[in-house]
Amino acid sequence: MAVKDNFNKQIEDIGRQLKIISIITSIASILFIVLLLNPNGFSFETIDTEQTITEVNEDLIENGIHVRTGFKDAEGLLTVVQNCTSCHSSKLVIQNRMNADRWNATIKWMQETQNLWDLGENQEVIVNYLVANYPPVEKGRRENIKDIEWYELNNR
Amino acid sequence: MNRRNFIKTSSLTSFATLIGAEVVFGSNLPEGYNLIALQEGDPFSLFRKNKDMVVLNEKPWNIEAQAHLLDDKITPNSNMFIRNNGLIPQNIDIKNWTLTIDGESVEKSKTYSLQELKTKFKAHTYQLTLECGGNGRSEYDPPAKGNQWTIGAVHCAKWTGIRLKDVLEDVGIKSNAVYIGYHSADSHLSGDPSKEPISRGVPMSKALQEETLIAFEMNGKEIPLAHGYPLRLACGGWPASTSGKWINRISIRDKEHDGTKMTGTAYRVPKNPVAPGDVVKDEDMGIIESMPVKSLITYPRSGAVLKEGQKLSIRGHAWAGELSVKQLEVSIDFGATWNVCTLEKPLNRLAWQHFSATVSFPKIGYYEVWARATDSKNVAQPMLVPGWNPKGYLNNACHRIAVKIV
Repeated sequence: MAVKDNFNKQIEDIGRQLKIISIITSIASILFIVLLLNPNGFSFETIDTEQTITEVNEDLIENGIHVRTGFKDAEGLLTVVQNCTSCHSSKLVIQNRMNADRWNATIKWMQETQNLWDLGENQEVIVNYLVANYPPVEKGRRENIKDIEWYELNNR
Repeated sequence: MNRRNFIKTSSLTSFATLIGAEVVFGSNLPEGYNLIALQEGDPFSLFRKNKDMVVLNEKPWNIEAQAHLLDDKITPNSNMFIRNNGLIPQNIDIKNWTLTIDGESVEKSKTYSLQELKTKFKAHTYQLTLECGGNGRSEYDPPAKGNQWTIGAVHCAKWTGIRLKDVLEDVGIKSNAVYIGYHSADSHLSGDPSKEPISRGVPMSKALQEETLIAFEMNGKEIPLAHGYPLRLACGGWPASTSGKWINRISIRDKEHDGTKMTGTAYRVPKNPVAPGDVVKDEDMGIIESMPVKSLITYPRSGAVLKEGQKLSIRGHAWAGELSVKQLEVSIDFGATWNVCTLEKPLNRLAWQHFSATVSFPKIGYYEVWARATDSKNVAQPMLVPGWNPKGYLNNACHRIAVKIV
């Protein structure tokens, strides 16, 4: 009886081990296939961790400014951040001043030449945000010298 | 991965040469430590730039000088503007870097290693003025799209390299050659490997000029990475975008080159003058060639306060694209009267020229010192912002500094 029990136990052990081995093998082969199909597959993990690390402060607003990008906090902010800062810096957006027609033309140009995706309903949200928060300023043919930092100049 | 291999295969010292910066405490870096270089981080230490340089854009990097930073006769790396269209190449392998000359108008395409280029052809050194076509864009009204350069997208460094014409002679160019177009190792912002960030060029007449170089040294050292290491074109006096960085291929075309930023409205201005804000059709736009006459007061910095009776010594540089500058004048009364300055000859053709003057002020008060250059064809800088154009190129309006006499 004891011998038989022992034998059964061994069979069960082997069965368990086989199960574990087969699970490990299948996980390994799935991972292998994933890697084969998408060599950068594992980089998603890195991106995920980066996102969780930065998530805390990612959309922090201070004094009406979205800290990470420098954009003004207003209606449409996050849509602009999500769609307009993955290829280029927010600085390129902020330093440009255009009306709705020219922003729409710029979006069309980015879609034709820069691989920008179809913005769908977001396009109106984005253009409204830009026109409202970063309107063109009239400069005329020549502006006054601005922001002069005065300093004493001694003859050398 | 590329980054890490790049670091591993090159010593930290040579890496420092590449980015033009010393990696501080480089020897203390743990092995396998991944330097997040070139696209993220502090551009001033990354590219060894003066802290007063102004960052217009981090992705791609676009950084400009201010007038007082351009005071040196030969611009040092620290004060040279950076204008990138794409991402700086990160996996440069010098040993295997090649330059291929191909295109419809070569007898047979040919590929050279860096070593071959440096040993087979005679090296020449020229000081060349390279100015971004969009320098001054920020002053246009209505505003033009793009990086809003003020006055600092110009430099005049010394470039050493081989003449493009010598290489083309060695390859053999057909008589139907019209244009050259460069191709580079930088990558598109979207990451799409099938797209080139920029691929511009010049007509054969410019390509065959003695001063048109395939450069491998800047100011006597290897070209800093941000400025095109290990090879770049240098086409002095033309929009700096024609001086391609990180070049690995030059195509000799039997038509106007049609690479990225050659067509449409890029680096083009209306063939006929237009009113501010006009919509201009692509076919009515023409490619910019030589840059217009321009000057900068580089000393003193704007904002100088002087005592009554104190004279002011000013200096700066003037340049005129393919032409030379024949006269430089300054005015302290908004152009009512002008005084001619001392103007030096250029070190070589296509280098900027230095000017200097001593200015006195009749009484206390607020003044502006304006400088106006005139080129060898008698064309002067306008005091107002010149003709509006949709992309905001070629603003060569007079530079001025504020002065107060107390």
